[in-house]
Amino acid sequence: MSDNLVLEAKLVSKFFGTITALQNVDLHLNKGEVLGVVGDNGAGKSTLMKVLSGLYKPSEGSLFFDREKVTLNSPRDSQNLGLEMVYQDLALAGNLPIGDNIFLGREPTRKVGPFNFLDHKKRKQLTEEHLAKLKINVKSADQKVEELSGGQRQAVAIARATAFNAKIVLMDEPTAALAVKEVGKVLDLILNLKKLGVSVIVISHRMDDIFTVCDRVMALFQGTNFAESELKNTSRDEVIGWIMGKKD
Amino acid sequence: MDYGEKRLMDKNQESLFVKLIPFFERYGILLLILIMIAVLHLLQPDVFLSWRNVTNIFKQVSWQSMLALGVFMVIVTAGIDLSVGSIIMLSLMGLAIASKAGMPWYVVMLVAPAIGFLCGMFNGIGITLLRMPHPFIMTLGTLYIFRGIGNLISGGVPITGFAEQIRVIGNGKIKLDVFFGEGAREYIPTSLILIIVIFFIFWVFLNHTRIGKWIYAIGGNPGAARAAGINVDRILIVVYTLCGFLAGIGGLILAGRTNSAYPNAGLQSELDAIAAVIIGGASFFGGRGTVLGVFAGVMIMGILRNGLNLMNVSVFWQQVLIGSIIILAVYIDVLRRQLATRT
Repeated sequence: MSDNLVLEAKLVSKFFGTITALQNVDLHLNKGEVLGVVGDNGAGKSTLMKVLSGLYKPSEGSLFFDREKVTLNSPRDSQNLGLEMVYQDLALAGNLPIGDNIFLGREPTRKVGPFNFLDHKKRKQLTEEHLAKLKINVKSADQKVEELSGGQRQAVAIARATAFNAKIVLMDEPTAALAVKEVGKVLDLILNLKKLGVSVIVISHRMDDIFTVCDRVMALFQGTNFAESELKNTSRDEVIGWIMGKKD
Repeated sequence: MDYGEKRLMDKNQESLFVKLIPFFERYGILLLILIMIAVLHLLQPDVFLSWRNVTNIFKQVSWQSMLALGVFMVIVTAGIDLSVGSIIMLSLMGLAIASKAGMPWYVVMLVAPAIGFLCGMFNGIGITLLRMPHPFIMTLGTLYIFRGIGNLISGGVPITGFAEQIRVIGNGKIKLDVFFGEGAREYIPTSLILIIVIFFIFWVFLNHTRIGKWIYAIGGNPGAARAAGINVDRILIVVYTLCGFLAGIGGLILAGRTNSAYPNAGLQSELDAIAAVIIGGASFFGGRGTVLGVFAGVMIMGILRNGLNLMNVSVFWQQVLIGSIIILAVYIDVLRRQLATRT
């Protein structure tokens, strides 16, 4: 494998009681690579993402960040290793402005005497810089998230995930609830992350998404590795076949 | 495509109107107060704006404003606290008993806020650790519990007579001889200074600290707050504790004002507090509202009651009017939000 390996999962299994959600699944991700993960409902995609982000502990198998074996006890641990998850329900507070959402829980502060106060100026400046870096266009960093379109919200969620120099970003159905013209913007954003050297794992049902942004695609079927290929060596029909458990 | 362009045109035509919305959102309530003051001044030119009447209004709203401020923070988290009226009574009774037991005044003074603090913490712990389905239930329970305990410890009878140092908080006067000449009757109530200081502190807390920001975030989307690594339960306990603490301060102010602790103290005042918060523009669904709005809401209730009393309007009509204003205020909010989402 290449020297740019940033994340690897080896023989990961996850059992919930008698149910086997994942069985001996392998996954690897290189720097600046966009990996598409496909599979039918219940194939184990979301479970795998939750294992990678530390929300679930794998029942068996191990994870490697930058080739070092790690044990994740919570999403905080994976965040500290540079992995961020963009949640399907976006996890944004609509009543707060864009900047507040991006820095929620990690607000820049300044000390006045013994007290720590929010540094509104710094937050605004950091927000504008970060949005500009990702080429996200919004009217103002002070706009409330509930006033944004679905695509802009997705962009804010991605901006939030990458605000602290994330090396790996996991996205669960990033284009699921979006209008057609907004899908393109989110896909552009993913390509932008790639240019910035960020590695991305995208779960998606939409072949258009997979074939626009991914370098490689892997299919899960009933909790196991089913197929995997460089994108240039496969076709939509073949990938759709994998999702349904058909292989030539 | 055509549809999109048409929408764009509509948007341009609306723009002036739409631009005015944030202005009204921010200052509409102050405008309402000014209108009320102007109308009441015209109806009662000699009395309403007299120094005595204005200070009277401030004294009347002083303890209620503490309840409203606490309930406001709770409502921002999309919660509710029905027990503040009982907390004020229990803390008042505790203060009275400490006073009767002959404790020094500085201890007596601490008793009310301390009891409020503990009551609020009890609410917060109950809501989070006992995983009550809604704060309504926990605080409905403690509404009965706290008032019951207040009556148990006092025997259900009023206790009167507190030290001068206690009375000064709710009833003290800061003379303005410097401005109005020796022996002038104009003064500023001590309680007004106290509530201004406390409102300012909480304004800073909610707008300029991380915990304040998190309180709004929890009201907006508790899931987002959790995903951001915020300990939602801990913040909720802080919020309910502060709410109880403010009710305790309210008890201290009320002790000074009335010089007595009585079983019916604060009865139904939790509803007044909720009304003031809602009139002040906070959303019942959480995440929205300002400290200044709460103050305005409290003032609107106070001015309305005072003005109607001056004009000898019966208490029954006052109830009808206040109820109508609550519904009207929320209806205006509904309309405003419809306009905001349409664009």
